[in-house]
Amino acid sequence: MLEIKNLHVQLEDEDKQILKGVDLTVGAGQVHAIMGPNGSGKSTLSYVLSGKSGYEVTDGTAMLGDVDLLDLDPEERAAAGLFLAFQYPVEIPGVGNMTFLRTAVNSQRKARGEDEMSAGDFLKFIREKAKSLKIDADMLKRPVNVGFSGGEKKRNEILQMAMLEPKMCILDETDSGLDVDAMKLVAEGVNALRSEGRSFLVITHYQRLLDHIKPDVVHIMADGRIIKSGGPELALEVENNGYADLLAEVA
Amino acid sequence: MTVASKIAADPRLDGLTVPAGGWPTAARSSALMRLQTMGLPVKRDEYWRYTDPSALVCEAPLPCDPLQTSTPIFGTVDKTRLVFVDGVFDADQSDAPELAGVEITRLFEVNDLDLHWAQGLYGKLEEAGQSPVARPLAALNTAQATEGMLVRVTGKPEKPLHISYRQSSKTSEAILHHVIKVEAGAELTLLETGTPGARSNVVLEVDIADGGTLHHVRPQGRAHGRHVATHLFARVATEATLKSFTLSLNGQLTRNEIVTEIVGDDAAVHVGGACVGDGDAFHHDDTVFITHDAVNCESRQVFKKVLRNGATGVFQGKILVKAGAQKTDGYQISQALLLDGDSQFLAKPELEIYADDVACSHGSTSGAIDEDAMFYLRSRGVPEKEAQNLLVIAFLGEALDEIENEDLAADLQSRLEAWFSRHST
Repeated sequence: MLEIKNLHVQLEDEDKQILKGVDLTVGAGQVHAIMGPNGSGKSTLSYVLSGKSGYEVTDGTAMLGDVDLLDLDPEERAAAGLFLAFQYPVEIPGVGNMTFLRTAVNSQRKARGEDEMSAGDFLKFIREKAKSLKIDADMLKRPVNVGFSGGEKKRNEILQMAMLEPKMCILDETDSGLDVDAMKLVAEGVNALRSEGRSFLVITHYQRLLDHIKPDVVHIMADGRIIKSGGPELALEVENNGYADLLAEVA
Repeated sequence: MTVASKIAADPRLDGLTVPAGGWPTAARSSALMRLQTMGLPVKRDEYWRYTDPSALVCEAPLPCDPLQTSTPIFGTVDKTRLVFVDGVFDADQSDAPELAGVEITRLFEVNDLDLHWAQGLYGKLEEAGQSPVARPLAALNTAQATEGMLVRVTGKPEKPLHISYRQSSKTSEAILHHVIKVEAGAELTLLETGTPGARSNVVLEVDIADGGTLHHVRPQGRAHGRHVATHLFARVATEATLKSFTLSLNGQLTRNEIVTEIVGDDAAVHVGGACVGDGDAFHHDDTVFITHDAVNCESRQVFKKVLRNGATGVFQGKILVKAGAQKTDGYQISQALLLDGDSQFLAKPELEIYADDVACSHGSTSGAIDEDAMFYLRSRGVPEKEAQNLLVIAFLGEALDEIENEDLAADLQSRLEAWFSRHST
């Protein structure tokens, strides 16, 4: 599904290398988690994959299926099936959540040469998805993320994911700022989307989220590289001992 | 001495006479005298610092190609329509000037018709609005106008009154002077649409009595070459409400002045505007002066401009709170979205307050499009141009929200959307 090879990335504005050769392969239907200390490059990886400006790829490749992601504009990556759940979802005053979602769904369909979804079908679809995430009609009417609580913002991210039905979902610290109940709700939303054709890359600091979203593989990232990969037990090890041992092991 | 030298220095007014015709003649003569004292505006006048008035006062209008519009504005709204073509009333294209609760008289036909209410207003609010800042183009208008509508609102008509301007001649000059008197407790929605002429000078004098309401919505047409000066003079009495909104697309030069005096307690004045300018020939100026002279009144100014390809936007907005105008709630915001580095926004927000128990705030911003929001939208699959249009419309939407009637606001919003989808670069 997602195959990243030897990815080197630096900031456009300054000569600072952030990713120093990331290799990562996520198979179809799998859930991979990335953990790592602050500043290790986890969020940068998610931004580079989704096409945010300000980063320069100096080496390496990132393929989604047979699509070379790094050649595409952000909207083309989305239409190809990539989705990033933001760590800090952006507030967009003046754009209704519903309008935003309908525009997004239909833009992607158009880009893939599919018919646009009718207003009626869209409403039915969004109501069904919103209900399971406990998103009420008011949240759909309000401007995108404006005045949303932290939990509402993250639920709104998962709603978008559910509506857009991507192949590859990246969750960038989706658990940050969530209380236990909100985290559970978000995790249930994610689990409901798990399927054979859909893969997940879950970036997190805490093992707790992985109690709810069970990963197949856990990677530890440090200083711009994946330094260790293993099963779910690796996350527990981090939770209990921190990163110090792992970092020492590599050094 | 200054006055005398200015008269001598302004030969542009030599030989200017006033049209004769009934009781307005006296008001015209008086306006001409005012004008001769002030002189026509020149670029070096402080009030014209950001906007060059020469195209508004040169001898002949600069040519402007009339724009053929395909879809009639507010087409789905039932209304009584009065049409002016190149500044002249066209009865054939208009509805019968009849609307329950409203008396409508054409200025051109007023002669010695006994219209006490209008005789006490015509040129009077304009005259009052000449202090503390001179507005010579408005005095010129009072002195010269023979067309316009005198509208007295005594009830709550069920549909809006629509003054519809059309330009047919490439070089027409339209000088229009309307007077609107909203009697106590009465309420009118006034739509003023289109481009009156290649060059236009429009004055609207509005007097709202106790508890009266006027909603004024003014899309100014889309003609590229037009030169427009408008003045809205309003006097707002106790518990009365004035809401005025202007949408400007295109136009070489637009100067919209709004001069409002709140004279009765518990009154509200909301003025707003959205403007879209494309190209270095575009210059748009909102100049607003709101005077609070009563207790517990509210005023709002919300002006938004989207500028690109070298367009210029100007905002001069002032709130004057007189001594004794306690509990005033004054708010002013002017914002420009600059879509490139060539466009500019010049803003001069002013507060002058002589009362001690008031809440007044003003803000002015100009900036580029929010890159984080752009990336967020694009990461969801929305193409770049569409994402930009969404954000631009959202930005202007905060000004459109000032329009109370949702159907009217929706019509203007769809016009904006159409404009941006046509003009996506």
